[in-house]
Amino acid sequence: MSTPSSAPNRPLSPFMLGQYYRFQLTSVLSFLHRLTGVGLSLGAALLALWLIALAGGPWMYAAVARHLTAWYGQVLLFGFTWALMYHLGNGIRHLVWDFGYAFSMKAVYAGGYIVAAASLLLTAAVWALAYAI
Amino acid sequence: MAQFTLPKNSQIDKSAGKHHPAPAGAKNVRTFKIYRYDPDSGANPRVDTYEVDMDACGPMVLDALIKIKNEIDATLTFRRSCREGICGSCAMNIDGTNTLACTKACTDVSDEVKIYPLPHMPVVKDLVPDLTHFYAQLASVEPWLKTDSPAPTRERLQSEEDRAKLDGLYECILCACCTTSCPSYWWNGDRYLGPATLLQAYRWIADSRDEATGERLDALEDPFKLYRCHTIMNCARTCPKGLNPAKAIAEIKKMLVERTT
Repeated sequence: MSTPSSAPNRPLSPFMLGQYYRFQLTSVLSFLHRLTGVGLSLGAALLALWLIALAGGPWMYAAVARHLTAWYGQVLLFGFTWALMYHLGNGIRHLVWDFGYAFSMKAVYAGGYIVAAASLLLTAAVWALAYAI
Repeated sequence: MAQFTLPKNSQIDKSAGKHHPAPAGAKNVRTFKIYRYDPDSGANPRVDTYEVDMDACGPMVLDALIKIKNEIDATLTFRRSCREGICGSCAMNIDGTNTLACTKACTDVSDEVKIYPLPHMPVVKDLVPDLTHFYAQLASVEPWLKTDSPAPTRERLQSEEDRAKLDGLYECILCACCTTSCPSYWWNGDRYLGPATLLQAYRWIADSRDEATGERLDALEDPFKLYRCHTIMNCARTCPKGLNPAKAIAEIKKMLVERTT
């Protein structure tokens, strides 16, 4: 006898990305968008800390700047820059979709690759500029 | 809420899988790893390995499944009917993406063919998912022509342009490949309608003969039913009929914005 569909003992079929469902550009970029969004929110706290230190006077600023300019601080800032550039670029991609354009698979993939490349290029440009001045 | 692991009763028992070797003398052997769940034993799911002689088998994954059921292991359970991509019965997760077993060639898979039921669904048996909730969601959008005007004495006519607006919508076979490929549906499927149902909803919204457009839009204006679509695009990526549910959903969102302005 088969059990009714509400039977609680039915197993859930496997779904996990990577392991059972293939990573595809579509899902990967979407998850990166969410992840970078979370990262930027946390990064905003860092920005606030930096502003508080700026307002708090030279000794406070020096204490914070010491960590931000250290190698681990720079790695964090580099990640923050990339997250910002990616979230910005992919945000524009979402705006285009919201207007009802670029839904063909070809356009989705082209847009995805453009945003990914642009995020890396813009990040490199920001850091090149930062080191130049 | 995002969920990243399977509940205890759903985890695959790696040690329980059975191996069915190819017949002696088979030259063109392909390996199929197939998800098995037997509701009668109640044991956790397992993955069985079947080696199939492809020289004595049709080209499609469904051909191999039928051969396995006929000649190797009669307990293997799956849905199938038309074997030509129009009924949607044999939708399953093959080689990591959802598609129809009957239109997926075995040679399209580079190595062994891994077959699981449609993702994140309750499993009735083996490759048969429970689609009760999916069908209930479809019924909730009332996918039929609704009119207030009296029935004409002949067919309700439609211009060629209006008819063309249904292209890319009416072809949907409701196989559920798109809905079960959507991470948003995995995690909010209890309330989010999912791509297939929303494409059906739009199919009636877009129909010039339907007179319930306003009510239909009212019913969809909901943070979960419609707006859990985050344009991930897995749906359009996986649709075995080449349709674009994400585009249909975007059109619904646009109409909701446009009617307020």
